Amino acid sequence: MGNASVVLFENAGVRYEGGPPVLQNISFALPPGSFHFLVGPSGAGKSSLLRLMYLALRPAEGRVSLFGRDVSTLKRHEIPELRRRIGVVFQDFRLLDHLSAMDNVALPLRVAGVRESEIRRHVPELLKWVGLGDHLTSLPATLSGGQQQRVAIARAVISRPSLLLADEPTGNVDDAIAVRLMYLFEELNKLGTTVVIATHNEGLVSRFNHRQLRLEHGVLRTADPKPRDVA
Amino acid sequence: MSFLRSDLPLDRDASGRFLPWIIGFMVYLAALTLAGAMAVDELVERWQAGLTGKLTVQVAPGPSDGDPDDRIDRVLELLAETPAVAGVELLGERDVARLLEPWLGSGPELADLPLPALIAVELRKGATVDLASLRQQLAEAAPGTTVDDHERWRSDLTTFARSVELLAGVILSLVGGAAILTVVFATRTGLSIHRRVIELVHLIGARDSYIAQQFEAHALRLGLVGGVLGVGLATATLLGLGRLLAGIEAPLLPSLSFELWQWLTLAMLPLAAAGIAMLTARLTVLRTLSRVM
Repeated sequence: MGNASVVLFENAGVRYEGGPPVLQNISFALPPGSFHFLVGPSGAGKSSLLRLMYLALRPAEGRVSLFGRDVSTLKRHEIPELRRRIGVVFQDFRLLDHLSAMDNVALPLRVAGVRESEIRRHVPELLKWVGLGDHLTSLPATLSGGQQQRVAIARAVISRPSLLLADEPTGNVDDAIAVRLMYLFEELNKLGTTVVIATHNEGLVSRFNHRQLRLEHGVLRTADPKPRDVA
Repeated sequence: MSFLRSDLPLDRDASGRFLPWIIGFMVYLAALTLAGAMAVDELVERWQAGLTGKLTVQVAPGPSDGDPDDRIDRVLELLAETPAVAGVELLGERDVARLLEPWLGSGPELADLPLPALIAVELRKGATVDLASLRQQLAEAAPGTTVDDHERWRSDLTTFARSVELLAGVILSLVGGAAILTVVFATRTGLSIHRRVIELVHLIGARDSYIAQQFEAHALRLGLVGGVLGVGLATATLLGLGRLLAGIEAPLLPSLSFELWQWLTLAMLPLAAAGIAMLTARLTVLRTLSRVM
């Protein structure tokens, strides 16, 4: 059953440049269509855990599998295909300054070779949905922090990923927008997307009743369900 | 992906700003080298053509008590009887003196020197002559007579032409190598400057070839701009030199008046430069990215 998990961690650990371990002995499994909050204090290792999940990092120890594939044994040419199934909302947005909101959101589609006619149809629609219909041609520098965050979210979800990872996606928006974005994530989740949201926003966590992965000092304190639970 | 649209802001790079100028300079050097090689080739061909089918017979003055005209007549008679000979021309004393002027000067004492008689022989087109036999017959008719078929001169010309071609090849290789190194450097700098953007595009699912394509398109544009610049300057230089040479009475100098195919060869240089830049950028990107996750 473990192979059916979208994400499976088995005693995974991370350390940077021979430093102390950032993550230790992490084990959990995320079944398809699940929704999790990743919580914990700053420096607990949330971003490193997400980096493992979006293939920016390989585990120094243990095993991490995504969509049934052990990431440590992936060949280089197999990685892009896997990454296209993952949408990521970065904490610092990581929008491309020289591209318009429209082109930023279109990037995952262009990378995947989607036709321009489809891009022209879907991207404005999604930007309109996140309240940026009037900012299609705006450069990120001309947008507020909240608007940039919504562009980043639109970019993460435009290709309808199987796994959506978001690092503090509601950190720069007011409560009304935060709730609206959470509804967007839930809509995607209902369509089958597995969602993991790292957040400090305890109010949001308590308002939306989803399972939690709680990290403290690089160790997973709460993992629900654990690998054995889904086995 | 459209080949013209770029997800990476490569046009803003400082490294990309100087690339067209460097490529332009390289193409300028390459164009002049190529033009020089073609001009020398054409010149050597002209010289070769001027010597083909011609012999020079030199009749030594002979013993002081003999009649030199008798010796010359015997040689002329023998040459006229030779089937391969189409015509002969005995150079006058004035012509011989003019030929010797660079070495012996033009004083009146030149007339007192025992100068050989020179006979220009023109062979029938396509005819072959047994030089060894002709030499023997002429030597018997007038001892001391020599025949020069210009073989040594032609051989020297061929060696010269080959040397020029080789030198041009070496210069073109060096210029090409320098251009390749420049593109490698500029591409690596671009990869370094846009490391974070490239990492993001990778995380979104881009293959290395997608990123390489953007660098390729950028290098192609810069290579074309530089190439056109270099060939434009080289064309102006060649036209200027050609005009200068046209006003000089010097048949030994190259003419620099190229034929259409030669101009077209030079016009291909920007395309070659752009192609090399594009391929170099692609290989550099693919090689560099293969080392990252």
